[in-house]
Amino acid sequence: MSFEGYWPYVYIAVAGWLATDFWRWAGVLVGNRIDERSELLNWVRAVATALVAAVIAKMIFFPTGTLTSSPLWLRLGAVAFGAAAFFLGGRFRQILGIAAAIAFLATGLALLGA
Amino acid sequence: MTAETAPEPRSQTYWFLFGMRGLFSLPAIILMLSFVGFAAFTAEAKIPVGQVMFMTGMIWALPAKVILVGSMLSGAHIATAFLAVTLSSVRMMPMVASLVPEIRTGRTPTWLLLVVSHFVAITAWVFAMERVRDVPRAGRLAFFAGFGITLTTANIVLVGLVYGAVSEFPPLVSGCLFFLTPVYFLTSIWISARHRVIYWALGIGLALGWLFAVIAPEYDILLAGIVGGTLAWWGERMLRQREAVR
Repeated sequence: MSFEGYWPYVYIAVAGWLATDFWRWAGVLVGNRIDERSELLNWVRAVATALVAAVIAKMIFFPTGTLTSSPLWLRLGAVAFGAAAFFLGGRFRQILGIAAAIAFLATGLALLGA
Repeated sequence: MTAETAPEPRSQTYWFLFGMRGLFSLPAIILMLSFVGFAAFTAEAKIPVGQVMFMTGMIWALPAKVILVGSMLSGAHIATAFLAVTLSSVRMMPMVASLVPEIRTGRTPTWLLLVVSHFVAITAWVFAMERVRDVPRAGRLAFFAGFGITLTTANIVLVGLVYGAVSEFPPLVSGCLFFLTPVYFLTSIWISARHRVIYWALGIGLALGWLFAVIAPEYDILLAGIVGGTLAWWGERMLRQREAVR
C-alpha cells in the first residue's frame, strides 16, 4: 500500500486502534462479572496466546530486515541458549534469558561476518 | 488535610508520580529496547515515522502493531487487517477484566476506566498485577495511570527519536534489536502465565505458527491462533478432567 496522504492514518485508526481498544473496553465492561474459571474464558486465553506465539514464531523463522540472510540454526540456537539461561536464571531469569539469547545471536552474526 | 487523620492519606498526585517512577523499572527498560527494535523494523520497512509514532500511541500493544505493519506491507485490505489485529488483541479483554477489579473503588466512574484501559498491554499489565497490591486501593487507578501514560508517551517519543538513527545502525545491531521483540515476548508470556493452558498454547502456537507460515502464509497467524489455541484448550481440558476423576 501507499504510505502517502491521510489514508494510512485511517487504516491505522480503524484496523489498529479500534481493533485493539474494542477488546480493552469490552474488558472494562465485563470487569469482575466474568467468571474467571469459565471454559469460554479458558479457550479465549488459549487462542489469544497461540496468536501471539504464531507472531513470535514468524519473527524467529521468517524475520524481516537484516536477519533475513542469517542462518536459521543461529536464530534457533539463540532462542535455545536464552531459554536455558531463563530456566536457570532464578530471580533475574527474564533479563538473563534475553541477554543470553541476544549475546548468542550477536556472537554468531559477528563470527559469520554480518 | 487536617491533623486528625493519623496516617496521612497520600494524594492522587503522589500515586500518579509513584507510578511514573516505574519508567525506570526492568520491565519498562526492556520494553523500551524492544521499541527501539520496532523502530528499526518499521524504518527498514520504509513506513513513515509519523505513522509509526501514531500507531505507537493509538494501538500501544506491540504484537498488534507488528501484525498491523505486516498487513500494511502485504497490502492487505483494511477489513483483513482489522480481523488479524482484533484477533491478536482478544487477549486484552481478559487482561483488562482481571485488572479492573484490582484498581477500582466503589466510586470509580466507568468512563475513567475505559480511558485508562487504553494503556494496558503486556508490560503494563504484568507490572501492575505485580505491584498494585502495595498501593492503597484509593491510589491504584492513579498509580496505574501514572505508569501506563508515562510508558506510552516515553515510547512514542523514543520511536520518533531513534527512527532516523536506526537505519544507520550496523546490521549486527539492528539484527539484535529486531530479535529482542520475540525473545522478550517469550519470557513475558511465560512469566505472566497464570494457567497451565497458557504454556500449552504458547508451545503449540509456536509450532503451528511455523507450519501455517509454510503451508498457508496468507492466513498463518489466524489459523495458528484458532487451531493452536483450540488444541491447547482441548488437550489441557482433557488432562484436567482426567485429573479430576483420579
